Amino acid sequence: MRAIASAGAGRQPLYSKGKPPWRTGALAIVGLLLRYVAMCAIAVLMIGPFYWLLVLSFRGGGNIYSFRLIPEQITFHNFIYAWTAAGLGISFLNSVIVGVASVGLNLLLASLAAYPLARLTFPGRTLIFYIILSTLMIPFQLYMIPLLLLCIRIGISNTLVGVYLPFSVGAFGVYLIKQYYHTIPKDLEEAARVDGAGEFTIWWRIMFPLTKPALATLAIFVFVFSWSNFLWPLIILNDQGKFTLPVAIAKLIGVFVDKTHYLAAGSVITIVPVIVLFLFLQRLFIGGLTLGAVKG
Amino acid sequence: MRRPSSGRRFSVSRLKQIGLAYCFLVPTLAVMGLFIFFPVVQAFRLSLYDYVPLMRKDYVGLENFYRLFHDPIFWTSLTNSIKYLVVVPIIIVLSLGLAMLVEPQLRRMNFFRACYFIPVVTSMVVVGITWKIIFHEDYGLFNHILMKMGLIDNGIPWLNSMGLALYTVMSVTIWKGLGYYMVIFIAGLRSIPPQLIEAAMIDGAKKWQQALYVKIPMLWPYISLVAIISSISALQVFEEIFVMTMGKPLWSSSTLVFHLYRVGIDQEGGQNMGYATAMGVVLFMLLLTFTAIGIRLMQRREYRAS
Repeated sequence: MRAIASAGAGRQPLYSKGKPPWRTGALAIVGLLLRYVAMCAIAVLMIGPFYWLLVLSFRGGGNIYSFRLIPEQITFHNFIYAWTAAGLGISFLNSVIVGVASVGLNLLLASLAAYPLARLTFPGRTLIFYIILSTLMIPFQLYMIPLLLLCIRIGISNTLVGVYLPFSVGAFGVYLIKQYYHTIPKDLEEAARVDGAGEFTIWWRIMFPLTKPALATLAIFVFVFSWSNFLWPLIILNDQGKFTLPVAIAKLIGVFVDKTHYLAAGSVITIVPVIVLFLFLQRLFIGGLTLGAVKG
Repeated sequence: MRRPSSGRRFSVSRLKQIGLAYCFLVPTLAVMGLFIFFPVVQAFRLSLYDYVPLMRKDYVGLENFYRLFHDPIFWTSLTNSIKYLVVVPIIIVLSLGLAMLVEPQLRRMNFFRACYFIPVVTSMVVVGITWKIIFHEDYGLFNHILMKMGLIDNGIPWLNSMGLALYTVMSVTIWKGLGYYMVIFIAGLRSIPPQLIEAAMIDGAKKWQQALYVKIPMLWPYISLVAIISSISALQVFEEIFVMTMGKPLWSSSTLVFHLYRVGIDQEGGQNMGYATAMGVVLFMLLLTFTAIGIRLMQRREYRAS
């Protein structure tokens, strides 16, 4: 009613709200400008701390009271020291091993499990799907101590296997791949089935290759999670030679209390791989995030 | 004659199919069973024991819970974890504001989104270290900037005072999460049918009216989703505390999970795993309650809207 009334009463074009066109234009430009200023300010707030970390990591150790935003002289000594003497090189390798193994296992197990859940009919399908989803409701801190005791008993405590094996499949991954399977037309499998292909062949030859986009999304998620996972590696690893990066760097906080340049260099080493990965695969990452968050 | 035989053939192949389906599921179910469900059951059992590895393992019934409620550091930690929920409304307001600010401009520009999202993908340990350096009382950048601006004369001990430490850590949690929640809200804003906004415009609604009366009600499911996710993670805060304050000064910034870690894993905390696991059970109950409230909130509003 109101829409009709106002549309009928006003003779001016819609959307202009009665202002002369030049004013609307000027206002729009000012509005846009303000918007950009705000966006830039927030961007500085979000990136600034990392820039400061970078500045510190290039600085010599002497002048901790210097607040110059561009370091006077640049030294790579801190990075070399953090990489070798502080042992972050080994931790970097450990993190890579854990990340790669974690990604491989998650992709394999999630796409295996998602296939029957999406495509085959069998008793208990819904129940099993809900059982898998129910793990999302369980906080890790509830069972981490029994999990630690279990890992000690089966002999994988203080090993890299112990770090990634308990996280080798997750409800999010199964859900993500399952949703993707639903989008693949069934004709392909039917054709293969008529040709006499078994379910494993269908899965491996047809479904697995067709889910590449979903697998890529899952791979990034798992890698980023694994790269920054902290609490579990912290409690399961004892030897410095086995530490993953976050654990190693966290243990250095106490050692380098007043040597922040080393700590900063180690921190930069820790975050650069993930940031580079993210910048290259941004679309996949954010797309998967909204998919998982909104529908999950 | 034909029907029974074809029926049997069907059931054999059906059995085979069922078997195959479970073959696909076995690895996942095995991993989840062994590394999640079994330890969960063990956790409820362990919470009834006074268990210190290599020292003692005695069945004590509910005594751990009784002890918990007489443990002043537990109470401080629990209170801090509840206080931590302050971040939830702040996160909702800021990230929704950020989403509305960025959304119309974002179509072709991934630069800003990337900037806002980088804190999300970096590890909390490094984020904690970065801000710990910036918040340092004597040579931290933050105090330096405040002094340069003439706002303060002496450095403020952001992470080293009873009243401030917890809130300083909270600000870091908020800072790190903003980009993540912003992306959820951007997805929400894009899900609003443009006809609704157009109808509001035709009715003469101003920009802020459109936001308040059209966009925000339409975003309600997303707002409750963010509320649920952010309150769950607020109740589980650990890494920030571990890296930035270690619960200091005097446990004034200890949280539930940090206390759990200290009591159950840390050598200095006594390593009473039974007692720590009882704390885990309390945490679980707390999380279930908050999730239930969140889901109820989500449903109620949707019901009203329809």
